[in-house]
Amino acid sequence: MSDWITTMRNSSFGPFQRKTIRYMHKIEQQMIETEGSMKEATIKKSEASETNDAEKLLQNGFSGKEPDKMPEDQEDTLIAADSIWRELLQSIYKDKKAFVGAILVIAFVIIALGAPIFAPYDPYEVDMAEMLVPPSFTEGASEISDNSYMIGTDFLGRDIMSRIIYGARISLAIGLIPPLITLAIGTLLGMTAGYYGGKTDYLIMRLADICMSFPSLLLAMVVMYTLGASLFNIFIALSIVNWGGTSRIIRAQTLSLKQKEFVEAARSMGVSKWKILWRHIFPNCIPSLIVLFTLSVPEAIMSEAGLSFLGVGAQPPMPSWGLMISRGKEYLFSSPWVAITPGIAIFIVVIAFNFIGDGLRDALDPYTKHD
Amino acid sequence: MRYILKRLLTTIPIIIGVSFLLYVMLNIVPGDPVALMMGEHINPDTIERVRARMNLDDPLLLRFVKYLLDALHGDFGYSYKLKREVSTLIWQAFPNTLILAVSGALVSWIIGIPAGIISAVKKNTWIDYAVMTFALIGVSMPVFWAGLLGQYFFGLKLQWLPISGFDGLNIKYIIMPAIVLGWSAAATIARLTRSSLLEVMSSDYIRTAREKGLLRHQVVIKHALKNAFLPVITVMTIQVASLLSGAVITETIFGIPGIGRIAVSAIQTRDMPLLQGSVMFATVLIILGNLLADILYGFIDPRIKYH
Repeated sequence: MSDWITTMRNSSFGPFQRKTIRYMHKIEQQMIETEGSMKEATIKKSEASETNDAEKLLQNGFSGKEPDKMPEDQEDTLIAADSIWRELLQSIYKDKKAFVGAILVIAFVIIALGAPIFAPYDPYEVDMAEMLVPPSFTEGASEISDNSYMIGTDFLGRDIMSRIIYGARISLAIGLIPPLITLAIGTLLGMTAGYYGGKTDYLIMRLADICMSFPSLLLAMVVMYTLGASLFNIFIALSIVNWGGTSRIIRAQTLSLKQKEFVEAARSMGVSKWKILWRHIFPNCIPSLIVLFTLSVPEAIMSEAGLSFLGVGAQPPMPSWGLMISRGKEYLFSSPWVAITPGIAIFIVVIAFNFIGDGLRDALDPYTKHD
Repeated sequence: MRYILKRLLTTIPIIIGVSFLLYVMLNIVPGDPVALMMGEHINPDTIERVRARMNLDDPLLLRFVKYLLDALHGDFGYSYKLKREVSTLIWQAFPNTLILAVSGALVSWIIGIPAGIISAVKKNTWIDYAVMTFALIGVSMPVFWAGLLGQYFFGLKLQWLPISGFDGLNIKYIIMPAIVLGWSAAATIARLTRSSLLEVMSSDYIRTAREKGLLRHQVVIKHALKNAFLPVITVMTIQVASLLSGAVITETIFGIPGIGRIAVSAIQTRDMPLLQGSVMFATVLIILGNLLADILYGFIDPRIKYH
């Protein structure tokens, strides 16, 4: 057996050293950037709002339209925003898994947006003569039908490939919109609770406790019962069910940021509460929000699929992946491709987002040591 | 003792809040429940009478308080569609869900904990990568899809296990649903055990133990695991909730007559009291489970009590 303690030591000191170096490097970089951007800021104060790449957009959002008011603090948020995005992209690029995940996600988005181009057939076209045709790569598929279907047809003769491609649109929308609304609600309530404290805090946090006590699938089911089963209502259900966790995390961050000098400085200068929350506290919550977002996307996609599978979500003939599995399960033993293939699509998309989420969490959160 | 009392006192308002939220959500649904219950051809007088008997014309808050008091006595009302006491239906279904959830939890522990430990001890070897890849696949697989795959391969192709159905404690019927249910929980536990153990292993007291000349497995088992398990235990208890949620889907796939199946069929038949009763029962159960876990946790980790 090898010298275990040496390896253990190396591996335990390794990341620590690396991290210290990384932090030192980061501080150094920030110092350089501060110098640079301070010079830049004096020259380009007015130009800043006209540049249009993502970083500048963000920095504009944070610094608002009155650059003279709080120059030093502005630099802070400016650097923060800048380095967050750079670090994000870098960490995705460096991490092999995250990189693969990012490529898969980009492919997923392209397929969803360009569904009419990629889909070989009409996803809604029923053709009973072409019912349950096996995938074209299997033997005997050509004997059953003259047309070739890459992964076969379902019980109504619809091309499954086309349905999966169109279903990507549903999953994309479900993966983006409810998590964003959830994060917005959670952030707003979390910041309010953390900043105002007292009764407001107590009330919001108890409400969060209550929402978090429900198993989210059951709560979503109840909301679907109240609103009625439809795809649109899934958006509502998934948006209002999961905000509790976000609000807790954001509240904790707000509480600690509230004590920081720059917030105190802003407060003593008479900046209004909402302005402080928006300009000084919110930008500092962005890293956590990004991680939370990447983690809640696959969750939302899975929940939609689950609800649709149970029959309380999207309704036929929608090409929702969960619904396709649910409808296809009757034919599992005779024509397994009908139920199995949409599951592969869900699986790939979810694993892609998990790859990215893992990578980002390691990069942005110094407390979760993965290796 | 004070810790337990405090924890108990915070739980009661949460239970009341949860039931109130649920009650409001289910009772603002448009449509007359009596008309729904009795079918279409019924004269308005009868509807009035039944409404009065069911106190449907009282204010919502009053009805809620009545419902809560009844529920405390184990009376969850009367199912619209099945024409039976909701509590009877729940008590019939509950043992089945319990069997499923417990066996799912067992699967997740039996697979997850050793996998996490092996992965941490053999860090950065092919075993570690294999386990972690497996875990990632586990968390990314939708439960219902995994269930169908299991039915197809182990039920139909290999014919090792029955495809669906349920027969009390008959293990043959439980194995597949339990694995399907416990699979993703096992993945989470494995990942957490690994990272937690790695963190503990880099702490000073472990190095001291090693330098004292203790063997590697002694250190892992006697010193590291104790502390590494703390976060794992928290997650295990939180997972009871996700297991119950997952049970809804698993029960539907495998045709197990549990609480989840009741809830799903109640939605499909728009049977409000049944849905209300089953969801409330499950949720309160989870809250109480978490409470119990927190109290136990206080015993395991004495530091908690001082906070």
